[in-house]
Formats: sequence, C-alpha cells, structure tokens
Amino acid sequence: MKTFSSTLRSVPIVFGLLFISAASIADEIHIAVASNFAGVMKTLVSEFEDNTEHRVILIAGSTGKHYAQIVNGAPFDLFFAADVKRPELLDTQGLIEPSSRFTYAIGRLVLWSPRDDYVDSSGVVVDEVDYHYLAIANPKLAPYGRAAKEVIESRGLWEALQGKLVRGENIAQTYQFVASGNASLGFVAFSQILKSGKVIKGSYWKVPEELYSPIEQQAVLLKNGDVARDFLAYIKSDEALEIIESFGYGVKGVSD
Amino acid sequence: MSIECRFHIVRSDFVLDVDLLLPSTGVTAIFGPSGSGKTTFLRALAGLENNEGYLKVGDVIWQDEKHFVPTHRRSIGYVFQEASLFEQLNVKDNIEYGFKRSIDADQSVMHRAIILLQIEHLLERRTSELSGGERQRVAIARALSLGPKMLLMDEPLASLDEQHKKEILPFLERLHAELEIPMIYVTHSVDEVAHLADQLILLDEGRVIGNGKISEVLTRLDLSLAHGERAASLIQAKVGEHDEHYNLTTIDFSGGQFFVPRKQLPVGCDVRLRVEARDVSLTVERQSDTSILNILPAIVDEISDENDAQVIVRLKVGDDLLLSCVTKKSADLLQLQQGKKIYAQIKSVALL
Amino acid sequence: MLNEYDLSALIVTLKLASISTLILLIIGTPLAWWLANSKWKLKPLVEALIALPLILPPTVLGFYLLISLGPHGVVGGAMQWLGAQPLAFTFAGLVIGSVIYSMPFVVQPLQNAFAAIGTRPMEVAATLRATPMDRFFTVAMPLARTGFVTAAVLGFAHTVGEFGVVLMIGGNIPGETQVLSIAIYDHVEALEYGNAHILAGGLLLASFIMLVVVYSLNRHFSLLQRSDR
Repeated sequence: MKTFSSTLRSVPIVFGLLFISAASIADEIHIAVASNFAGVMKTLVSEFEDNTEHRVILIAGSTGKHYAQIVNGAPFDLFFAADVKRPELLDTQGLIEPSSRFTYAIGRLVLWSPRDDYVDSSGVVVDEVDYHYLAIANPKLAPYGRAAKEVIESRGLWEALQGKLVRGENIAQTYQFVASGNASLGFVAFSQILKSGKVIKGSYWKVPEELYSPIEQQAVLLKNGDVARDFLAYIKSDEALEIIESFGYGVKGVSD
Repeated sequence: MSIECRFHIVRSDFVLDVDLLLPSTGVTAIFGPSGSGKTTFLRALAGLENNEGYLKVGDVIWQDEKHFVPTHRRSIGYVFQEASLFEQLNVKDNIEYGFKRSIDADQSVMHRAIILLQIEHLLERRTSELSGGERQRVAIARALSLGPKMLLMDEPLASLDEQHKKEILPFLERLHAELEIPMIYVTHSVDEVAHLADQLILLDEGRVIGNGKISEVLTRLDLSLAHGERAASLIQAKVGEHDEHYNLTTIDFSGGQFFVPRKQLPVGCDVRLRVEARDVSLTVERQSDTSILNILPAIVDEISDENDAQVIVRLKVGDDLLLSCVTKKSADLLQLQQGKKIYAQIKSVALL
Repeated sequence: MLNEYDLSALIVTLKLASISTLILLIIGTPLAWWLANSKWKLKPLVEALIALPLILPPTVLGFYLLISLGPHGVVGGAMQWLGAQPLAFTFAGLVIGSVIYSMPFVVQPLQNAFAAIGTRPMEVAATLRATPMDRFFTVAMPLARTGFVTAAVLGFAHTVGEFGVVLMIGGNIPGETQVLSIAIYDHVEALEYGNAHILAGGLLLASFIMLVVVYSLNRHFSLLQRSDR
C-alpha cells in the first residue's frame, strides 16, 4: 500500500515535468538535414543561435531515411534534403507548408584524388583508364552520383568503365573510398575537399557545370512556427548565403 | 614383468610422493581416504597426469626425465569411476573403438571379455538403454578388449548403488581369478579390498604408509585398518570336506581348520575367510566345555592399545595372522605378552 | 518476381555466406578448441578480440578494414608489396570482412560445445589408444555436433545479414560485391518499397527458418543427451 500511495503522490510531479519540457519545446526546432550539408548547417545554426534566443536541434542523415521518417510522422520542423526529388514528393503528398519549397544550395561536382598531379585540369585522366577504381556515388540514390554518371556518359565511357566503377551509397562514403586510397580517384562534392575555403590536398578537376544537370538541394517547411520561419528567413539572408558559398556550394541567384 | 614407479606430483592442495614396486600379477588395491592421492597415482600410471617421475613396465621405460610415452601408446586398460561410454556409439562400437586401435588386441581376447562380463545380449543396444551396472560391465569389457598389459581401475563401483555393486562384484572376482595381467584397483571401500585384493597399498596425504600382502597390511597394528569396529583379518584357505551329518564344511588353512555351516563348494576350492577382531576371544587353556567349535592354537605376536579399556592383539596361527580385541583387564589376567602360547576361540567366520 | 540486379545480389550473398561459413568453420574449429582447452593467461585477450564484432557497430569494423586494405594500410601495403591485387571492392575482400565480422558467431558456439565435453571423454579415448588427432575427430567433433550446426547456421545467417562492413568495403559492384542487404538499402533509399519488401521479407523469413532449425536441433540433441543419463 505504501508504494501505491507514494506512486500517487509522485503523479503531480511527473505532470509538472511534462509541462516544463513542453514549454521549452516552444522555442526549439528540429531540423532534418542531409549529411552532406550537416557541416555547413552547424555553422549556420550556431550563427543563428548566437543572434536569437532559439535553440535548433539538428538531425543529420540520409535524405531517403528522413523522407521515410517524415512520411511516418517524424516531428521535424524543417527538412533540408540532398536533392529535389524528396521535397517534391512531400509537396505533392501535401505534407509541407504550401509553397515553402525552395533551393537552398547547389552542389558542385569535382573529380578528385588525394595524390598530387594526378587529376589534370580537364579531367582527361578519366579517359585514360589506367587507374584502379573510380569512385562515384550511387547514381540511383545520390544526386552527385547522377551528375557523375552524366559526366562519364558525355565522354562515352559509361559502358567501358563498368568494371572500374565503385559506388558509395552516398557522397560521404564515396569520399572515404577515395580518401583511404582504395579508389584512385572519384567524383566527389567540392564541399568535401574544402576546409576553411582551401582544398585540403591532392589534385582535382572542377567539373564545368554545363556537363551535368544542376545538383539542387531543396528545403521545405514541415510545421509552421515562428522559430522555423525565422530560421528560413535567416537561411535566405546574404550573410547565410555567404557562409554556404564559402563551404563550396553554389546558391541560387548569386552568380559564381 | 615388474612395474617400478616413482612419482612426485605437486598440486595446489597436496603433494603425491611415491616410490613403489608393484607386483606383476594379482590385484593390487590402492586404498586410502578421499584426497589421499590414489586416483592421481593411478592417472600417473596411465600418463594422464602431467608430472615428474619415473615409470618402468617390464623392460620398457614409460617415463623418465627424457621420455614420456603418451597415454594412447601405453598398453593399459583403464576403467573410470563413471562408465564414460561414448554416447554417440552403441555398445559394440564402444568396445570396438579401442579394439580397432590397439596393436595388442586380438579377436579372441575381445570375445573372452564379452563373455566374461556377460554382455553378448547388449551389443546392439544404445548406451542410453543400459543400467548403471551394465554400463560399467561394458566399460570393463572395453578396457579388457584392448589386450592390455595391465588393468587400471579407478573406484569402478563407487558411482553405483548397493544393488548394482552386488551385481558387478562377482564379475570382478572372476576377473581376479582368470586374469593373467596385474590389476591396480583404486578404492576406499574395505569390503572391496577384502574381496579382491592380493596386495594392499595404503595411501595417506600423498604418501605410502603401508604396502604388502593384504593379510599383513590389514593386521599391522601401527595402521588404522587394524583398529576400530570393523578390524578384521583375512585368511586364504581351501575347502576341506563336507560333514553330511552335522551339515558342516571344514575349511583348511595353515593354522588348522575351521568349521562353517555347509557351503555348496567343491572340495579343494580356494576360499577367502574374513575374521573380525571382536569375534575372537582368547584362553590360556584349551576349553572343552564350550559351544565354540573353532578353537585354534596361536602365538601372541604383538599387542597395541585399542582404547582406554581394550587392546588389540595380533596372533600367529600357523603362517596366517588373526586379530583379537580383548579388554585390558583380560589381557592382564591372561598375562598376554609377545611369544605367549594361547588359544583363540572364533565365534564366527565369513566366507568371501 | 526478382529483377536481374536483385537476383545477382541474392547469388552473391549466398556465395559470400557459404564461402565465409566454410572458411570460418575451418579456422574457427581449431581456434575454438584451443580456447576451450588453453590455460594460457593471455587467453581473455584473444577471446575479447574475437568477440569485438559482437558489440562494435559493423561500420567501425568496415571503416578500419577500408583503411587497412587501402594502399597506406597494413594489409593493403603488404598486398602491394607482394604485388597482389588490392582487396577493397573485391569479392575476396568481402569474404575477409565477413570472416572477421561473423567470427564470434562461429567460434563461441563451438567453444561452448567443446568446453561442455570436458576432459573425460578425451581421456577415455586416449586410454583406448586414440591419438590426439583421432580423438578430436572421433570423439570431440561428434560430441560437439550441436555446436557445429549452431555455428554454421549462425555464421551463415549473420553473413547474409551483414550490411555495415559491405557498405564500407564493397563498392556495390553488381555481380561482385553487391549483396542483398545493400540492394534492400538501395531500394528503400530509391523509394522502391515494393522491391524492398520482396527482399526484406524473404530475408526475414529465411533468417527465421534458419533460427528455428538451430533451436529445434538443439532441443532434439539435448533431449537425446538427457535420455542417456
């Protein structure tokens, strides 16, 4: 009996705790962000948090997984995807705030090798085929992979290279394949080989943008709220665009 | 074929230190309380212990500083306390497991073992279908089928209940009678020793404290076996004649003859008698007005205190030895001392 | 029902699991025997090393494999020095990864089975003139049969279910390193839930059946053993 009554007594306390946390949720938002953009996002969020009272909780992961989670009711306020497809799908399914979908960054494809003087300035090395493996992201899943495939196809090498191609499930893995030296070179994101605005090491070819269709990354507002709208406004500010660019992404309406 | 062994085995809880010459025939019982090292000694003979020592069997050195013949190359048969049959094999395959691998084995030895232990009808059975006694018989037949040069038995009856012990004991006695190879038999049962042993080695805390013919070791007054409730002597004897009128059988031995109730045994047959110390009383003169039939002339060999009120006396009767337990008062009245001629009155005798 | 890619992923998976299981049984048996009988004081170190994949996320193992197989890594460097082909993105590389990854699932059931036998049956066999090798094959192996079935099924099933390691060192080459679990992942990521269901459901069912086999065999054998006593 004693335990029962003490349980009863603790009930109000539990309710109280629930209220406190509910109140704190009010100025806190959850953002699902594509892994490739997580680094930039952290910088943006800390800037945002410094200038406001708000708190942002980032959930980095694959866009496919985030999409499945959102469809199944995950409590995200904003979704920064790695492509256009998933935000578009959510849009047509009516799972987003109307007309909130926009392109927040444009990925840039580079052919990169950690070895110096390996990748030439026009990517001829791809045609020579005397490397061990060429890493690309899975074209079916990752926009960078689709772009890489377009570049290889434009050179008429897609069939010929089949035995040489290794596919990462996402662009981060593709980068690991190359960085660890297991693949000689690979098509990776420009943002991956930049650190504080400088290329970390090796040689690279910045693939001309006309060789592949743009790697647009779109974001959507899932739950309308003051904080989320504040954050969107911040993301679209010149200050934020500058940060995004400095990480190696292109931005809409700002010419490179 | 002599068996010469010296073992020095150090374990965390005890040290075994033995230096023995084992007889090349008959049953040698290794007797002692648990923890005395008797199983360790047997395992050392089999090469199952990792130890220092010296072991020479016949002309062949099985172990010294340089050599160590591994267990599987020693010509031994080993019967463990539990039958330890291979459960994945049936009875026949269990017996043939060793038979097929032993260079000493031949078909007739195996058949003899199977017949001796009466397991012909069990050969096709699964081991799980056997009783405890049957399992142990199969295990003994399996060891014998190897055609070993010596048989090592580690308390083969200890894991059995009384009924199964009684079932196996006759088989062991037949082994004793028929086997030409030495058998080393570890036990802590005085009964088994009395039934089976020719030679007795007494172990205590890893040391040999007694070693000799069973009748001598059992009656050594400096050892514990000759003291206590069950102190008894063993006498090797032969069936003399049957008295049809009184329904008695006479048993002859070196010191005379015993009368026992009629036994269905052929004349001249070897028997073993057990005489308990408390059943033997002493008189200076030969009594004629007594109901006791078995009165034998004896010579006092040695006297030792049993407790505050009693002494235990060892008597020489012919070449055999008897124990008698009497009060100190009687001992004084009869003026017992070494060499004194006396008569032993024996109330009862057990035929083993 | 299965398209060409999924079918080839299925074949690669079955091939990978079979070969890995076979290698694991060959390596794992003596290793488990040694672990079950050794009194070496550094044994826990070896045991812990083998058990690591049980608790490590597979991606950790995959990551270190990727690094070590690379030209600057220990294995990759040695391979390069020997003039051999690098192992990353090859079927052989996957086999190595799977063998390490599934090792505890094979070694532990075997070790337990060997330990359960105890020393007595082996001593009995020794007194019956069986050499150490003979004893192992005729006594220890038959007595440890449940352990072998468990080890083989768990090793196989665990390799079939492997994802993280393959993800890291596979490179998703169809017919070579693209396995079932990766194919499922790709289908889910590409929103092809129908194909994903076929593969994932099939894998679920097959794994369940394999485990049922293991448990019922264990039950069967333990009943047999109990009736022996």
